[in-house]
Amino acid sequence: MIERRSRLARIVQVEIPVLLIVLFALAPYAWMVITSFKPNEEIARWPVEYWPSAGTLQHYRDLLARTTFAGNLANSFIVAVGAVTVGLLVSVPAAYAFSRFRFRGRRFLMVQFLVVNMFPIVLIIIPLFVLMRMLGLLDTFLGVIAGHSTFAIPFSIWMMTSYMNAIPPELDEAAIMDGASRLQTIRLVILPIVMPGIVTTGIYIFVTSWNEYLFAMMLSGQNVRTVTVALQLFIGEFTVQWGLLTAGGTLVAIPVTILFLLVQRRLVGGLTAGAVKS
Amino acid sequence: MTSLVTAGARSRALMTPYAFLLPALVVTAAVILFPVLQTAWMSLHDFVLFRPRDVPFIGLGNFARMWDDEVFWISLGHSFLWIALVVGFQFLLGLGAALLLNESFWWRGIARSLIIVPWALPSVIIGLMWTWMYDFNVGVINDGLLRLGLISEPVAWLAQPDTAFYAVILALIWQGFPFFAVVVLAGLQTIPAELYEAAEIDGASRFQKLVYVTLPSISEVIATALLLRTIWVANSLDVILVMTGGGPGYATHTLPLYAFLKAYSGMEFGYGAALALVLTALLLVVVFIYVRRVARELSR
Repeated sequence: MIERRSRLARIVQVEIPVLLIVLFALAPYAWMVITSFKPNEEIARWPVEYWPSAGTLQHYRDLLARTTFAGNLANSFIVAVGAVTVGLLVSVPAAYAFSRFRFRGRRFLMVQFLVVNMFPIVLIIIPLFVLMRMLGLLDTFLGVIAGHSTFAIPFSIWMMTSYMNAIPPELDEAAIMDGASRLQTIRLVILPIVMPGIVTTGIYIFVTSWNEYLFAMMLSGQNVRTVTVALQLFIGEFTVQWGLLTAGGTLVAIPVTILFLLVQRRLVGGLTAGAVKS
Repeated sequence: MTSLVTAGARSRALMTPYAFLLPALVVTAAVILFPVLQTAWMSLHDFVLFRPRDVPFIGLGNFARMWDDEVFWISLGHSFLWIALVVGFQFLLGLGAALLLNESFWWRGIARSLIIVPWALPSVIIGLMWTWMYDFNVGVINDGLLRLGLISEPVAWLAQPDTAFYAVILALIWQGFPFFAVVVLAGLQTIPAELYEAAEIDGASRFQKLVYVTLPSISEVIATALLLRTIWVANSLDVILVMTGGGPGYATHTLPLYAFLKAYSGMEFGYGAALALVLTALLLVVVFIYVRRVARELSR
């Protein structure tokens, strides 16, 4: 706000409360990471010791050598990359249509994609399981990728549409005047400009897929089990082995945290586009 | 001949946007709309997975069964409380954080980034880290509260019916408050500085500026965020599933979780589908209001 606070007032009224909120936001995460580096006897010590006296990578070694975790990480990666590919291939053309054409049913279809996004996942997941079983897609990459990309598509379309809307239509017109076909215009004019938007949307799909749990649990067996599902099974299997579990949690959390922080400003812009008037 | 060609070209031009949309429409229809219709169909049948050939039509039987199902009413009640507490506290905490982060101080940029971290994490990890902190034997929450003298002996947070529900709610508040912080902050940044200057000339106190300038200016943003968040929270079940699985007893059952458990563990797809439909019907009002607001933006 306009009026200036004194330095002391600012520290007491703003900086300390912000610090507390940031600590609240980070503490559970930090605690998981710290635990993953503690030797077992320190994890089990009571009262709790907050800082490990000697850090160890034992849990990470055990996790990768003794469990299926490395394979699960690979599965999650394949699924997420597949979902990004399919999701972008489908939503970029759709966004182009919404952005560059005025056609009958445009508004209805856009709203439709919004509504579809709000359906409870339990509503969809039960028949989807039956459907995938019928098609023989249970426990296949194709099945999980189909689900993850589709769940992300409605939102991706909205996000991509707003990126494309930001490109002035005069650019398309100029290209067409120069004799470019529509596909050439898209390839040579639209796509290069909208590339940052495509990257952001792609990362959004990647993070959604990487984090997804319910659907992957329903549809994957041993072959394509993703890392979130595996971790949940470990919680049941290695109940008291918190070193192992927190090491797994850390390995899963770090890539999405980095990706999210990289694009957070633009991602948040997209996520809140509906909520904030520009 | 020429007119035929142009007519053909024109109808092709008319079809072009639909061609671009076709893949998106086909996959959403196959993976979302078709299953929703199937859910509606299932809800009218006694569909149990292990006897797929014997699926008798029972009309509204599943819905009638719900009426007498005590667990349904427990779950429904929990769902309302769940939404009110989770969304309410996420909002208050998010609003507070946003107001603070809108002030200027030298590490504001870092603080704004760090505060978003909980939002990026998978729900399984959130469930895992909070379960670990709530641990009865060596959990850091018991340890901290004991050191502060707030409790006299360790509490089994997730194993007691009267604490489990609120323990899970705290984890959810933690997960979702960054969303509000970010949305409200974006809204705060659109308030023109002249409004504050004018209020200052009129001698408004800091609190008066908050009540008469800030809050009215972001009321639209807040309303949309609350609607969106209500829908998400109402649908969310994965953190509960990981932390308690709905237990102990039915202490942490919510409606979507109950529907999921019925279908997944009980294999009673018909009844699970009916429960999911009731959830959707209840949410439809909120979805309707939200979509109308966004569609209004769309036509401007």
